[in-house]
Amino acid sequence: MSEHIVIIGAGQAGVQAVQSLRAEGFQGRLTMVGDEAYPPYQRPPLSKAYLLGTFARERLFLKGDDFYREAGCELLLNTRATVIDRTARTVMLSDGRTLAYDKLLLATGTRVRKLKSPGADLRGLHYLRDIADVDGLQGAFKQGARIAIVGGGYIGLEVAAVAAKRGLRVMVFESADRLMPRTASKQVSDFFAAEHEKAGVVLKLNTLVEGFEGKARVEAVRAGGVSHLADLVLVGIGVVPNDELAAAAGLACSDGIVVDRNAMTSDPAIFAAGDCTRHHGRDGAEIRLECVQNAIDQAKHAALAMMGKPRTYSEVPWFWSDQYDLKLQIAGLAQPDDVIVVRGDPLSRKFAVFHLRDGAVAAVEAVNAAPEYLIGRKLIAANATVPRERLADTSLPMKSFA
Amino acid sequence: MAKITFIQPDGEEQTVEILPGWSVMEGAVRAGVIGIDADCGGACACATCHVQVEPEWAAKLPLKSEMEETMLDFAIGPKPNSRLSCQLRVTSEMDGLTVRVPPSQH
Repeated sequence: MSEHIVIIGAGQAGVQAVQSLRAEGFQGRLTMVGDEAYPPYQRPPLSKAYLLGTFARERLFLKGDDFYREAGCELLLNTRATVIDRTARTVMLSDGRTLAYDKLLLATGTRVRKLKSPGADLRGLHYLRDIADVDGLQGAFKQGARIAIVGGGYIGLEVAAVAAKRGLRVMVFESADRLMPRTASKQVSDFFAAEHEKAGVVLKLNTLVEGFEGKARVEAVRAGGVSHLADLVLVGIGVVPNDELAAAAGLACSDGIVVDRNAMTSDPAIFAAGDCTRHHGRDGAEIRLECVQNAIDQAKHAALAMMGKPRTYSEVPWFWSDQYDLKLQIAGLAQPDDVIVVRGDPLSRKFAVFHLRDGAVAAVEAVNAAPEYLIGRKLIAANATVPRERLADTSLPMKSFA
Repeated sequence: MAKITFIQPDGEEQTVEILPGWSVMEGAVRAGVIGIDADCGGACACATCHVQVEPEWAAKLPLKSEMEETMLDFAIGPKPNSRLSCQLRVTSEMDGLTVRVPPSQH
């Protein structure tokens, strides 16, 4: 009987694994199990163009039906994997079936972190992770409505931008003293804060949300000891990895499924890729990344390793966010004590912030500055050293540093 | 529907039917055309959906935006007939369009 690879999770990493396994010549049986009603789709547009209404649902899907047929991949949707039996090499499914596997890929992703504060169970409180979440939000997402957004990270701010564009009255609550505190430099945080305020968004920084008020539906947000009226609430306070299935099977987990540089878990027959993994970053530190790049690249590496052609995973992470007409592109992972070099004038709405560590370029945040991002990414990959004065000198084209 | 043909570096051809309004990149990625990586999902942010348009088509397509010009400058081995397929919006007039996929996007 031919080899059977089972993929748990029908997202960006899962579909990449299907594509890469077939490209690498895998001839055996492929099955992908997903708990949503939809085949794999792109999540990034959900909080952007899809919420805005300018991107049809049909366009979200990563592949057409033909792709799965031609790839010989059986898709089991609306189905959850409930138990992995590593000795028998089987996966039990929510529909009662059991699948035998030779190799298993866990691409289970993350789920939203939920608020537990008083009133958090009121109707009108929304989270944003999947298609159903956005569809559920659309009904109340009307011109003139008051939306309170809890969390000034990517999701919160992208929704704030769309809401402002669609004529909602927007208030953002962030407990830290600046926006995107975990990922952005102070320069980028401040720039985006000014842009949101220009669009009419009210920012409440240093403000902890204490709870929500209302009878059946939410009517107000309680924050900093004050009640703020709200017709709807969007909570974007991060995600948690879906690692329980792996942990229950005895695989090493630590806020994510622990994998090595070949995307292999503590069981050599089981691999994991994407948001659900904890792995070693380029500098050796343990990290968990939530991004398309990691889903794609780690799935490619998992496929290679499953085919007996392991290649060390050490790619530069990259991310992007669209807010208004601003494209924020980030490569590398910034650290608090990096040396900061600003290239270009934020007032021109086109600039980049480089992060230098031990003299080498370690990360870049580029706003409407694609060359800075693209060359920056190459410099990071090469661990290249560029003198600060030269990097900041916009009369020198980025290409001259490559 | 417009039929668009992708020619791989080894000469292999694949024809994909793409709905008007979609981008050439979206159609290619959906169908699993090898070599159209489109890492950023069509945000004109990565230059990994680079294609070269066959000469008879180059003049019939909409002009490149400044953003596309900038990004193409960072593609691998760009030529005058290079385009980012995420920026090519399919119309019925593009039925029969043929593009070449470069050997590498990275």
